Amino acid sequence: MPAVEIRAAQKSYGALQALRGVDLTIEQGEFFALLGPNGAGKTTLISILAGLARADAGTLKVMGHEVVQDYRAARRALGVVPQELVFDPFFSVRETLRIQSGYFGLRHNDDWIDEILENLHLTDKAEVNMRTLSGGMKRRVLIGQALVHRPPVIVLDEPTAGVDVELRQTLWKFIRQLNGAGHTILLTTHYLEEAEALCQRVAVLHKGQLVACERISDLLLGRQAATLEEAFVGLIRDVEI
Amino acid sequence: MGVGFTTLFGKEVLRFWKVSFQTLLAPLISTLLYLVVFAQVLGQRVSVYPGVGYAAFLVPGLVMMAMLQNAFANSSSSLVQSKVSGSLVFVLLAPLSEIEFFSAYVLAAMLRGLLVGSVVLVTAGFFFPPRIHSLLWILVFCFLATGLSGALGVLAGVWAEKFDQMAAWQNFLILPLTFLSGAFYSLHSLPPLWHFISRFNPFFYAIDGFRYGFIGASDVSPWESLLIVGSTCLALSWATLALLRSGWRVRP
Ligand SMILES: Nc1ncnc2c1ncn2[C@@H]1O[C@H](COP(=O)(O)OP(=O)(O)OP(=O)(O)O)[C@@H](O)[C@H]1O
Ligand SMILES: [Mg+2]
Repeated sequence: MPAVEIRAAQKSYGALQALRGVDLTIEQGEFFALLGPNGAGKTTLISILAGLARADAGTLKVMGHEVVQDYRAARRALGVVPQELVFDPFFSVRETLRIQSGYFGLRHNDDWIDEILENLHLTDKAEVNMRTLSGGMKRRVLIGQALVHRPPVIVLDEPTAGVDVELRQTLWKFIRQLNGAGHTILLTTHYLEEAEALCQRVAVLHKGQLVACERISDLLLGRQAATLEEAFVGLIRDVEI
Repeated sequence: MGVGFTTLFGKEVLRFWKVSFQTLLAPLISTLLYLVVFAQVLGQRVSVYPGVGYAAFLVPGLVMMAMLQNAFANSSSSLVQSKVSGSLVFVLLAPLSEIEFFSAYVLAAMLRGLLVGSVVLVTAGFFFPPRIHSLLWILVFCFLATGLSGALGVLAGVWAEKFDQMAAWQNFLILPLTFLSGAFYSLHSLPPLWHFISRFNPFFYAIDGFRYGFIGASDVSPWESLLIVGSTCLALSWATLALLRSGWRVRP
């Protein structure tokens, strides 16, 4: 059973076709990058996968669970770090993580919450109100919220935007560790060197269509490129002609 | 209904509790001001039902008005705030059913309405000790009316995408409905047209039935009020749940 299975996903916003029939399969244990220029449809695809939006057509499954019919199992299997920096200003960091655990049916989750806080360097901010955190710290709490229920599939929509260098490294160490422990990771990012360093396979979305989906090494070979960035830029140039 | 539901309910309660200055104390003060002004000014001159003083008539109306307004305000403002700030995603990502989602918001709204109502009643009771004709009718209308208003708040919160849209609900629906509800007067003292219009206002029945529980007198039978408030509550809940299931404006 694949971790993520997307068949013929379509989504329009009025006249704009955000997704024009996307097929994508991600196997369990993969560290997978979903790339594409601004507005390509990455966030739209993730939103549909997470049940935050509904597809016009197509079927999407997380760990074999269809995201609309079998939404409970599908959402339990998925942890999503949203792209937007959102937070609930009423609560502290620990309260935020406790509440998120509760939503997933977990009442006594403090050991794991402490571990998350430590790995995200938030231990000393645990009792601080969300409002008073810096942008990068809020982003880290978002990551923590996605992990409270130890989802087998973790989706990170530009998790490192606004996070400083040192933290980026500790963050990737943590995510790598989770990947090593068997979690499937789906990542979108505009830092292509990050994707190249972390991921085995990549898909490139362009105007709602998948224009590439293969191993990074194969992509580089096929396009005779030295780096993922070079391959990506060339690919986008070619499809835009 | 599992831990997910209780967590969302608890979060909603915590949300208004943390700002109880605005959510509990402010409505208490505004209701007491109404009471002071109206009971003082009209108290001597107006008698609505034979043998019932104006304050005894007014207090239950004001208490119900405060409950209706605060239940509505709780679910609607929580939803629209979290929509505008984006933090609703945390709830939407969770494996909660529409019923769990709906009930958590409505029950928290009911709790806020009931708390405000109790505080107002107790405070007003120092000045105007209430009579109690039937505790059962009082409780029935407390729960049904706050449920109705909380559900209406969820509907408004699902619909509204911005604060000014929510303000429109407040100003063009909730405010007229609560003021034209017979909180301050008996329907029989109204001109025929307004009397007729008020008969379509579910808040009128909530107040009339609730007041019956205190003074044992009402404009219409409490059974009629029960039927109308109860069925409006059911119809609204059903419609809101159907909207939630469709994903309209929540999972676009
Ligand atoms: N709620 C919405 N209403 C209308 N159009 C939308 C909505 N959400 C997304 N779109 C449009 O759909 C397209 C895809 O947007 P999406 O956010 O999925 O892009 P993306 O690949 O995530 O881009 P980025 O790299 O900038 O995050 C864009 O043209 C966007 O304007
Ligand atoms: Mg995006």
